Amino acid sequence: MKLYDLPDARGHFGQYGGTFVAETLIQALDELKAQYAKYQHDPEFKAEFESELKHFVGRPSPVYHAKRWSDMLGGAQIYFKREDLNHTGAHKINNCIGQALLAKRLGKPRVIAETGAGQHGVATATIAARYGLECVIYMGSEDIKRQAQNVYRMKLLGASVVPVESGSKTLKDALNEALRDWVTNVDNTFYIIGTVAGPHPYPMMVRDFQSVIGTECLTQMPELAGRQPDAVLACVGGGSNAMGIFYPYISHENTRLIGVEAAGEGIETGKHSASLTVGVPGVLHGNRTYLLQDADGQIIETHSVSAGLDYPGVGPEHAYLKDIGRAEYVSITDDEALKAFHECCRIEGIIPALESSHAIAYATKLAPTMAKDKILLINLSGRGDKDMHTVSQRSGLSFYCHPECEQGRMAAQAAQSATKPLVRQ
Amino acid sequence: MNRINAVFATLKANKKTALIPFITAGDPSLEATLPTMHALAAAGADVIELGVPFSDPMADGPVIQRSSERALAKGMTMRKVLATVAEFRKTNTATPVVLMGYANPIEAMGQAKFVDAAADAGVDGVLVVDYPPEEADDFSELLSARGLAPIFLLAPTSTPARIAHVAKLARGYVYYVSLRGVTGAGNLDVTDVAKNVAAIKATVPVPVGVGFGIRDGATARKVSEVADAVVIGSALVQTMFDAPAAEVAARAGAWLAEVRGALDA
Repeated sequence: MKLYDLPDARGHFGQYGGTFVAETLIQALDELKAQYAKYQHDPEFKAEFESELKHFVGRPSPVYHAKRWSDMLGGAQIYFKREDLNHTGAHKINNCIGQALLAKRLGKPRVIAETGAGQHGVATATIAARYGLECVIYMGSEDIKRQAQNVYRMKLLGASVVPVESGSKTLKDALNEALRDWVTNVDNTFYIIGTVAGPHPYPMMVRDFQSVIGTECLTQMPELAGRQPDAVLACVGGGSNAMGIFYPYISHENTRLIGVEAAGEGIETGKHSASLTVGVPGVLHGNRTYLLQDADGQIIETHSVSAGLDYPGVGPEHAYLKDIGRAEYVSITDDEALKAFHECCRIEGIIPALESSHAIAYATKLAPTMAKDKILLINLSGRGDKDMHTVSQRSGLSFYCHPECEQGRMAAQAAQSATKPLVRQ
Repeated sequence: MNRINAVFATLKANKKTALIPFITAGDPSLEATLPTMHALAAAGADVIELGVPFSDPMADGPVIQRSSERALAKGMTMRKVLATVAEFRKTNTATPVVLMGYANPIEAMGQAKFVDAAADAGVDGVLVVDYPPEEADDFSELLSARGLAPIFLLAPTSTPARIAHVAKLARGYVYYVSLRGVTGAGNLDVTDVAKNVAAIKATVPVPVGVGFGIRDGATARKVSEVADAVVIGSALVQTMFDAPAAEVAARAGAWLAEVRGALDA
């Protein structure tokens, strides 16, 4: 494969990427580009980034051989890159540290971020607390209802959480609102985008900060498994954990790169978030990429059981890797992801995030079709603690509830059954 | 000669400032747009900016966001916007119409196909918020080839180098975003605007319009002292939304006539 050196100076990955923003933001993006170019290779910046990753996040994260599960499936050996063991519980923190270090050097005292499930919001709030930065998180009001625990975590960490009531009231609208804030407060504010999307230089910069994941694997896999994997798998919403583990492997031609999108309730139902699988190229949130849209170019609402994959676009570099055939993109339904979630808990003693469960689910389909000496490496991008509520609801389970809460629940039930006959009449 | 250039030439000769109202096509109803365009022209609009609604209007404040949501809920599409312009042209061949919106509805149709359809409908200029000059080379060429003006934004944050870049590409007029914020925000600093517009006029050969944050005759009047055109959107959109369904066009016209009066006083 010829040298992979993208994006170009204007942020293009082939026809994707770019800087599709209003004039008001161009100056801020130019400044960011210049500063990132300056610090990217600066020994002091790199040393501080690495030190934070080591002492605050706990890197390197281990690679783990899921031997029991591999044996049960009877095919390829499955390995997990344990991003779930990072401080704050997911890969998101890697990127937040990189961008917050830039914000400090740019002298911006205020950071903003968008969040869907709340993981990027929590990571941003965490690092803002650590560096003493003012922090405002935009979150769709629908997501706020679904992710109450993460909202509370962000507030504990000192962030303001602003509910977004426009559009579909989810991640894409939170991103719109964060962009509006940035346009208004561009002088004192740094926008920490959480994924490999948005205008140049974000897709490149976020990828670079996240590529620590794959870079560690390049050393860890030969040590643990004796060689590099035959395939690397990761879930893809915006695509930051996938780019983080794929990027260092792009030049390893014998390693397949497999991105797993959310098929939601099934591609055929239209209730999914599989932009690369069935989307069409267009322009949204500052870049050209595959989008879920209607025939008139309006962005459509998406669905996934995992809020972190519930996004109508995808990072432009994934769009490019798909078109040139370097990476493959497949999809997994809500039910398949939930099944993998439960199996991972019971067989390996690891509670994975629902997002990561999509990648695991595909690996459990792929492994039995491969020989036992083949190796699959999955990016276990986050832990599932945040998903307890969603999973218990879907499974019809109820968990231990302390006495006061139990009283409240009983009262609510009683009130509900009292009104029921009226509703039925 | 493009209708936009003709209008600005006449205004210059008469030492008048252009008044450019913005409305969202399809809001408050699909039927209201055409009569409102005629009413605005009759009330003294020199150019009409017609907003093409988009699901994710990132540069707009709450008033125009809601307006876009309503228009989409009524079923407005790019094709219907163009059909409305074609209908308008049947009786009005003088008032320039500029489409303002976001890239994706154009991308979905295909840039070349869109430009042909817009030219055929009688559109005079196109302002795409998220096509800044660095991403607009091909699109600007397509527009110019059909005699349509690519209209660009400039902002308080635009550097002299960027102003020079836009000066080369801009046709029709440039739209100076008068504040750091979204449409309809209320923190317009006229002194600041005057300073920046003067700098832009020294470089840019086409007229300079000022918008974002102009809400009434008084601010329009103040801004007109430095600008070649004033663009007024959110306040008008709100007026139309507040009007009874049967009176939308009449109220829009009456409201604009008042601004026109203040501007010419």
